[in-house]
Amino acid sequence: MSTPRDTVKTGPNGRPVRPFVMPASLPGKLRVWRYLLLRRAVQLGLLLLFLGTVRWGWEVAGRPLLSGNLSASELLGTIPMADPFAVLQIILTRHLPQPEVLTGAGIILLIYLILGGRSWCAWVCPINMVTDLAAWLRRRLGISDLFRLSRNIRYTVLALALALSALTGIAAFEWISPISMLHRELIFGIGLGWTAVLGVFLFDLFILRNGWCGHLCPLGAFYALVGKLAQVRIRFDTPTCTHCGECARVCPEPQVMNLKAASATGMIASGECTNCGRCITICPEDTLQFDLRHFINTRQKTDSTESRQRRAA
Amino acid sequence: MANMTTISRRDFFTRVAQGAALAATGGLIWSYLLQQQARATPFAIRPPGARYEPDFNARCIKCGQCVDACPYDTLKLATADAGIPIGTPYFIPREIPCYMCTDIPCIAACPTGALDPALEDIQGSRMGLAVIDIENCLSWQGLRCEICFRECPVQGWAITVEHHPRRLSKHAMFVPVVHSDACTGCGICEKACPTQEAAIRVLQPDLVQGMIGDHYRLGWTSDTPITREFKAGGATVDSDAPAAGLDYLNEGSP
Repeated sequence: MSTPRDTVKTGPNGRPVRPFVMPASLPGKLRVWRYLLLRRAVQLGLLLLFLGTVRWGWEVAGRPLLSGNLSASELLGTIPMADPFAVLQIILTRHLPQPEVLTGAGIILLIYLILGGRSWCAWVCPINMVTDLAAWLRRRLGISDLFRLSRNIRYTVLALALALSALTGIAAFEWISPISMLHRELIFGIGLGWTAVLGVFLFDLFILRNGWCGHLCPLGAFYALVGKLAQVRIRFDTPTCTHCGECARVCPEPQVMNLKAASATGMIASGECTNCGRCITICPEDTLQFDLRHFINTRQKTDSTESRQRRAA
Repeated sequence: MANMTTISRRDFFTRVAQGAALAATGGLIWSYLLQQQARATPFAIRPPGARYEPDFNARCIKCGQCVDACPYDTLKLATADAGIPIGTPYFIPREIPCYMCTDIPCIAACPTGALDPALEDIQGSRMGLAVIDIENCLSWQGLRCEICFRECPVQGWAITVEHHPRRLSKHAMFVPVVHSDACTGCGICEKACPTQEAAIRVLQPDLVQGMIGDHYRLGWTSDTPITREFKAGGATVDSDAPAAGLDYLNEGSP
């Protein structure tokens, strides 16, 4: 920032630092928004499938298309799916649920172990649209934080949810979750659940940037732990990066954009990364791309042996 | 983590206390919210096969698959303002009662077992218990109504009509009587009741049922243990065994 405008700043790779410029053409803009649009399509599409099945009786070959909601559902009357965090809370109340929901939780856990834990947050969770709107408005209006809060507090909330489930005999988060309230009432009939959603919106807009999703939500914390092992990660190509910092500015979880750690592992390894793809589309150097942890690791290994061999030679 | 070594012991304990206090106050407020909601459970009429309320509340994942499965749109999921634990299924009998499908699709749809799959016969379900307000029941005013009796799907067991003779100038009363051993709590009677506000209502049995207590021995009923003991000649018998000597008068008769 302190460098005068006429001198060209260069990154650690010797290339000039270029800022991100929003393309003027619509196709260019759509390219930048591609993951955003895709995420909205997935979020709204899933909501529509649930809504269509319960309200308008959508069927495929005589079987209900997608019955239930994001807490637990059944695809085509055969494949069960369930929120693994909700099922974990139920188990902690010392009630062993039926195999059906245990299988469903296993299936969803497996899906997110492949797709990257917090992909749930950016691609499926209906609250994401609310908090993204709050974050966008907040940027436009230039609102500053009312106070600071550690982003690790979500793990305390997660621990509390599990402890309270065991102590009270009630799935603690499921009984107050604004996520389920919004989702359920959109599908099964509107009540006052929107007030909880309004609370999240106002909190994110006026009180704390990314307050709910980035600091408090225990479901996000749960999926962040899943994400530590998950396959789909964002690859980081060290040689192309000019350290312009655009990715960290656009990231809803900027602490994951640790470039030192990223060049060491070749990816954004933190489970707190939501795989939203904002950094991919904003990066002027195409340094960041979706990839699988497995391929990144093998490439990183061969790269490091090659460079070692080169150094030895 | 790196500056951990630079924190003084005093600071460390303060941090620990602050963290613990935050978790404790947060946890307390959170558990009050849970308790407050759980307190509303007696007012929910649950789908067939719903387990005992605390077990039901623990198991229900609030997915609404029972609501999806209900062919009569009887079941609803509680919204945040329903006054019933949030997201759980319930029904309002006066609006749409349970029509007691014999295949019980709501239980089949439940993935967690909050609705107990052990219930195979819908007549065995206990969603609630019908209670009659005799001050407002038409039959108890001496009118021939008995609509609840005639609409009852367990007619003759869950609701019977008793004949109460009165003085010569008034005709006898024919009053409905509910029997808790057969009433499923489906609420069809409440839906059918012609009074402005239903004079027969379905409530959770816990709210309305008393318990006579084991120390009462009703000697005039034939199947209580004390009666069997008496009829057996005072000897203590296994209460499940058939009472000895009941038929002694008939013995030897052709």
